Formats: sequence, structure tokens, C-alpha cells
Amino acid sequence: MAGITLENVGKTYAGDVAAVADVNLEINDGEFVVLVGPSGCGKSTLLRMVAGLETITEGRVTIGARVVNNLEPADRDIAMVFQNYALYPHMTVRQNLSYGLKNRRMPRDEITRRVDEAAGILEIGEYLDRKPRALSGGQRQRVAMGRAIVREPAAFLFDEPLSNLDAKLRVSMRGEIRSLQKRLGTTSVYVTHDQLEAMTLADRLVVLRGGRIEQIGAPIEVYRRPVSTFVAGFIGSPAMNLLPGTLQGGQLHVGGQSFAVEVAGNEKVEVGIRPEDLRPAKSGEPGLAVSLAYVEALGAQQLGHFRVDGHPLVAAFPPDQLVHDRMSLAFDRTILHLFSAETGKRLN
Amino acid sequence: MQTKRTIFRNLWLPYLLVAPQLAITLIFFLWPAGQAVWQSFLREDAFGLKTTFIGLGNYERLLDNPEYLNSLKVTAVFSISTATLAIVLALVLALAVDRMLRSARVYTTLLVWPYAVAPAIAGVLWWFIFNPTIGILPYLLDRVGYDWNHSLIKRDAMILVIIAAAWKQVSYNFLFFVAGLQAIPASMREAAAIDGAGPFKRFWSITLPLLSPTTFFLLVVNVVYTMFDTFPVIDAVTSGGPAQATNILVYKVYRDGFVGLNLGSSAAQSVILMAIVISLTVIQFRYIERRVTY
Amino acid sequence: MVENQRWLNILAHLVLIAGVLVVAFPVYIAFIASTHEPSAFVSGVVPLLPGSNAANSYADVLTGGVSSQMSVPISLMLKNSMIMALSIAIGKIVISILSAFAIVYFRFPFRQAAFWMIFITLMLPVEVRIVPTFQVISNLGMLNSYAGLSIPLIASATATFLFRQVFLTIPDELMEAARIDGAGPLKFFKDILLPLSRTNIAALFVILFIYGWNQYIWPILVTTDDKYQTIVAGIKRMADVVDSEPLWNYIMATSVLAMLPPVVVVIMMQRLFVKGLVETEK
Repeated sequence: MAGITLENVGKTYAGDVAAVADVNLEINDGEFVVLVGPSGCGKSTLLRMVAGLETITEGRVTIGARVVNNLEPADRDIAMVFQNYALYPHMTVRQNLSYGLKNRRMPRDEITRRVDEAAGILEIGEYLDRKPRALSGGQRQRVAMGRAIVREPAAFLFDEPLSNLDAKLRVSMRGEIRSLQKRLGTTSVYVTHDQLEAMTLADRLVVLRGGRIEQIGAPIEVYRRPVSTFVAGFIGSPAMNLLPGTLQGGQLHVGGQSFAVEVAGNEKVEVGIRPEDLRPAKSGEPGLAVSLAYVEALGAQQLGHFRVDGHPLVAAFPPDQLVHDRMSLAFDRTILHLFSAETGKRLN
Repeated sequence: MQTKRTIFRNLWLPYLLVAPQLAITLIFFLWPAGQAVWQSFLREDAFGLKTTFIGLGNYERLLDNPEYLNSLKVTAVFSISTATLAIVLALVLALAVDRMLRSARVYTTLLVWPYAVAPAIAGVLWWFIFNPTIGILPYLLDRVGYDWNHSLIKRDAMILVIIAAAWKQVSYNFLFFVAGLQAIPASMREAAAIDGAGPFKRFWSITLPLLSPTTFFLLVVNVVYTMFDTFPVIDAVTSGGPAQATNILVYKVYRDGFVGLNLGSSAAQSVILMAIVISLTVIQFRYIERRVTY
Repeated sequence: MVENQRWLNILAHLVLIAGVLVVAFPVYIAFIASTHEPSAFVSGVVPLLPGSNAANSYADVLTGGVSSQMSVPISLMLKNSMIMALSIAIGKIVISILSAFAIVYFRFPFRQAAFWMIFITLMLPVEVRIVPTFQVISNLGMLNSYAGLSIPLIASATATFLFRQVFLTIPDELMEAARIDGAGPLKFFKDILLPLSRTNIAALFVILFIYGWNQYIWPILVTTDDKYQTIVAGIKRMADVVDSEPLWNYIMATSVLAMLPPVVVVIMMQRLFVKGLVETEK
């Protein structure tokens, strides 16, 4: 068991291409941290640097008490679960699980004990003598997890482990990974581009953009107070609406309304409103005048796709709400998100 | 050039791993090839005592030498005839096998094994069959009034080496045509059948055009085969004779080098042959690149 | 099958049967010849039906009882051919798989150069550079040795490319997982790469064994001592008798024996053989 510390970590490829820059992150012992961001944001590179599969060109990575920059992956006391599982196709499940232990010259009965225990936890006991080829996607995923568990490492590293599964299996495996990690209490770093997966799994989210950390925080914190339009657009589904507005002497002008906000300054802004924070205005209540494009009925809720002053706007309604071609939509002015139009940074 | 995303970091191990291959390449391929180039610019006197640098002299002499020009012509005739014969026969057999369902495997087995027969043995077998005094085929030809004698008649010798060389190559071409035919989607032929095309029309308008990449590939491979790998056939059957009638380029390199001991000329011929192989290899690789992008 | 036209199917069968017969014809004649007494060839035409001398012909050639035309028994030549074919096949596979491993899984100075050097061997068949290569062998004192017979032929661009191709299709993550599991390069090679390339190795072996067995000009040049004579090269010497009629039954018995090992390999391992043939041409 150990924490992981990243200090000013960066990765520069030949030709001065910075894939990761200036990452500072302290992961506590037993914590589940999710690195999330769109493809190309450097999240996988960062994880692979922790694993030792990419060289660390700047900064320092510490696992437990040791700086691991120059250690081989095998010596870092970590285990990794890959997107395509990376099971050895010619070995049985049992051989797959025990390969790493054998290489460590662990006594045979200890290997058997650990493999059987992991197989019990993951309910793959009956497949131990099969080859990966003969397993379903979900079963392979469990074997890949098993290979990580038997090592009893200081940390688990997950590289988009659920991406190759179908939607339904993904949801159930997500739950299993979460409960397994809670049960074992092993520090975990998990990479995904799926914000829903990130939200549901993480103790803490790390949102990455262009190789840099954009925001770190508990999922609900990041959801409630995204630090930038980028995070606002990335976390939450459907994505937060962003409408252009103007800030002038404490007054915000947006969508034909003006009202006082507790932010000083005069500048152009982006006003963020979550779809779930929009509702039809009561008669006489001020609101955004919107025209309907189409409605998506999702069962538990319905999404109204509107346009306001030529900008798209999405609102999430209860399923029984009547949606009209022309409506006025109200929102709670106290949970507005204000971002600078110039820098994209949060203002309130 | 492609490698893995992650690589092993080890200073000396990769060198150790490529060392055997590179050592053999250097000692037995590059060094002799370099020697050949160097020797092709030299001329040794009859006793091998004195060598003089004569630049392109050996090449000039070669291109003026009627024997060499004859060898070029013989090689062309031999190559093209053998390749054509082996390709056409293989295509006919492959088309026939492609119609078979249950018996395809048996026929394939019975047709592919000559690939394993050494060219030298293939030569000896046909040489025996065509033996002018006791061979079975000259005996039959004699009945229809043809007096076969490949040790005297140039054309007979050429026909004999072509048959022996093609006999062995048919099996190889056959396998590639069978694979090529299997790769043609049945739906295409079915569509043509619905459009009212009969079996022969379907062959000309669908099958043959779709097989053209395979055919082109085999043409290059067959030309390489006839130019270089048929050396043993020539050596075992005709030794280049009669009167140079089957003295193909590779055989001439060997004869002039080992029997005639004309090292400079032999080296110059080697260099010309290398140029030919290199261009054929380039053609083959460009073709493969194109096939990949299909 | 688009439709079942009876006459086309019959024609196809006829074509195939004719093909099979033509292909088998020379070997049939050779086998028949090997079963007769030498006297059967003195006059007229070769016999077309089996004779009764088969046992004697084969026993004689195998034990060397025809010393007038052969200084060593065929059994020794068969052994030499086997040594040469196995050395070439195994040698080519070993050095090619090692260099492909280095080229794919390591990055080192001169990697590109090494790759191109190996590539060049593709363009220099032994027939083309035969005289200077012979001089090299002779200078190294490798004439009349098994090493001289096999080592100069074991560089292989084709096999190296094939293994490179195979390795490139193996997912990167497998190597990464192995590294995390504590496997160094050699352990990874032994535990993961070798087992995963097993069928490619077998297919390649079939092709290379045939290649090695069928070598002709090289053994003729490199071996002057009959002790190292291989069977394919030896036949030519048997047939090249100057002042007497060749002993056809012995020559043909030898031919049949020389064909047997590679032909059996092809027939027994047809699937691997086809795989190997198609792969090496990629």
C-alpha cells in the first residue's frame, strides 16, 4: 500500500512535442483517482509514465517512499489492466495469473493460494484451465483484473479497461471494479475518456487537457464548479449550455435578460447553464425565449433541443412535461456558471 | 521504420541478436558482391599472374560478344516460354479445382508435390524420358516421324529444358491461383450469372481481370525462377548446349568463371545479373505495396 | 457454385486427371526404371511396367554396391543431405527470428542500416555471386565441411521479414504486460514470442527444409571430397559417365530416394506448406 506523488512531471518527445507538461498530483494511499479527458490529452501517457512504460523526461514520480523514475515497470510494485486485456493467448487463465509471480520466484504453493483466492473473488474459478480465446469479453476482463490482484501491488493502474465491452457489461463491471477497489483498499489510477465512468468511479477526478491538469477535485465538486468552459463542456451529460453574455458593472446581460450578479468587471462572458437547471417559466416569470428544434424522449427524462438567438440550448425535463414550439425557460440565477469569453476561466 | 510503442532498453543485446545474421550477410553476401564488382573492372592474364585495371573493358567486351548476346536471347526465350507455359497450365488446373467441392483437396495434394522435387532431379527425370536412344517420348515421336535429339538439335534442347523447368513450377503457380480464385467473392460471379453471362464469358469478364494481380505477381516470380533457380535444370539436362542453345545467363557466369576461368568477364556478368535481380525485386516490392493499398 | 453444369464438371475432372497424370508421369517412369535390371535399358525403349529388381537396385545404391559409378553409398549422401537441409532450415530460422526480434523490439543506432543490409541479401542469390562467394569459402578453409555447405546459405531476408511481420501483429500491450510481470527481453522472447510464432516457425521450416534439401550447385562447388556429397548433387555425377551407358536403374532409384524426403514433407504437412509458401512471398 502506498501513495503516488507526481512532481512537475512532463513528457517531451523528440522534436519538442510535449505530450504531458508540469503535472503535480498527490494520490493518497487507498485513493481511487480517475484521469479523464478527450483523446490526445495525455492521460494515457501520464499513466504509462507511472507504470514505467514511457520514460519520464521531466519531474519526479514517487510510489510509496521510492522515486521510481529509473525503475523497470516490474520493480515499481504496480499492476496494470489494459484496454485490450493483453492476456497471453497461449497460456491458460491460471498460467496468465501466475506468470508474474513465477518471474518473481514466489514459492509454488503461495502462487496457487493467491491465484485461487483471486479466482474466488472474481468468480473465474471454473475457467482456470481455459485459454483466453475460449472466454467472453467480460470473462477476459476479469482475468485481466485477476492478474493485477494476485500481485498484491502498491497500486493498480487501469488504462481504459472497460472500453472494449458492450454498454451493459460496462456498467456492471464498473460497479465491480469500484467495490473490489474498496474491498482491497489498493491505491488506483484509472484512465478513461468516458466522463460518466469517471464520475461514478472516482474519489477524485483529474481533468486533463493538452497534457496539463485543468482541474482536480471530487466528482461532484468538479460537476458543480467547473473551473473552465472546457471542464464545463466535458463533465456532465448532456453537456452544459454555454450562452454568450456581457458583464457590465455587476449586471449580467444574457438572452434578453439583465440581472445583478456578484462578479465585478466589464467583459464578454460565457454563461453556463446545466440542462437539468432549466425549467419552463411560470407565467410572468422572466425567462429565455427559445424555439424548439426537436425532442429526445429518454424514458426517465426528455431532452428538449432548442435555439436561443441562434445558439443551441438543451434542457432536461421530466418525462411528462409538455414541450411547445415556443417556450420561455427559466433558471435559478444563483447556480449560474460564469466564464470569461476570452480565457474560458471561471469568474464566479 | 516501425517498432513497438514501448521498447526494451538494452545497450548491447540488440547488437548481439543481429550479429549472426549480419556477419553472414557481410562475409558471404556483401563481400563477394563487392568482389564481383571490383573484379569486373580487372583483367587477368592467362596464367593468373598479372591483373590490370581495365575499367569498363569487360562490359564493353561482353556487349560485343556474340556468345553473350546469344545468351541474353536464349535467356529471354527460355524465361518467357517457361513462365507462360507454367502460368497457363496452372491457371487451367486451378480453374478446374475451383469447381470441385469434395475432391478439391485430393486433387490439390496430387498436384502440388512437384514443388518439393529438386530442379536438378526434375531435369534428370525429363532427360531420361527424352533420352534419344531409350526414352519413351522420342520413341513415340519417332512413330509420328519426328526424329528427337536434344543433344544435337537446338530447338529440341530448348523445348526439353522448358518442359522440365515448367513441370516443377506449375504446382507453385497452381497454389497461388487457387488462393486467388478463392478470394473472388462468390457474389460477383453470381451477379454476373444473373446478368446472363455464361461460364466462359464470366471467366473473361470477371475471373480473369480479378486474377490479374495474382497473375502479375506470378509472372515476376516465375521470371526470377527461370533466370536463377533453373540453373540445375540446365546443368543436369544440357549443360548449356548444344552449341550454346540453352546457355542461359546464370549458367554462363558459372561456366566462364569455373570452367573458362575468365574471372573478369564472369564478374562483369555477375554484376549485370545483380542489376537484373535488383530491378525485378524492386518491381515485385512496388507491386506488393500497391496490393496492400487495394 | 453458380450453377451445376454437368459437362463443365466432367471437363474439369478430365483436365485435373490429365494434370495429375502429366505431373506424375516422370516420377512413374523413374520408379519403373528403378525396378528393372540394367540390361532392360540396353536396347529399345524404357519399360513401362514394374520389373522384379527393385529390392536389388535400392539395396545396391543404399549400401554403395555400385562402386564403379559411385564412390560413396547413397545412405551417406542421404545423411549429408539431411544434415545440410536441417542446418540450413534451423540456421535460417534461428538467425532470422533473433534479428527480427532485435529490429522490432529495440531501438538502437544502425538499426535501419542493419535492416537494409539484411534486405540486400534478397537481391543477391547465390547463383549470381557464385564465383566470388566460392573464393571466400575457399579462403576461409570451409571447403569440404558441413559448415561450408550450410552457413553461407543461412542468411535470410525473407525469413527475417516474415518474423518481423509476425511480431508487428502481436499487440504492444503483450510486451508491456510481460514487462510489468517482470519478464526481461530474453524471457519475453522465450515465454511469449516463441510460443506465439510456433505455427509460423513450422510453416517456414517446411519451406526451408525443401530449399536446403534441393540445393545443387552449392554442394557441387563446395564439396570435392565425396564424403560430403549430397544426394541431389550426387545424381549428376552418376549420370555423367563418359564412356559407358549410365546405369539407369541405379540413377532412377537414387532419384526416387532423393525426392522422397521433401515430397513426403509436403504431402504430410500440406497445410503448413501452403501457409509457409504464401507467407514467405508477402
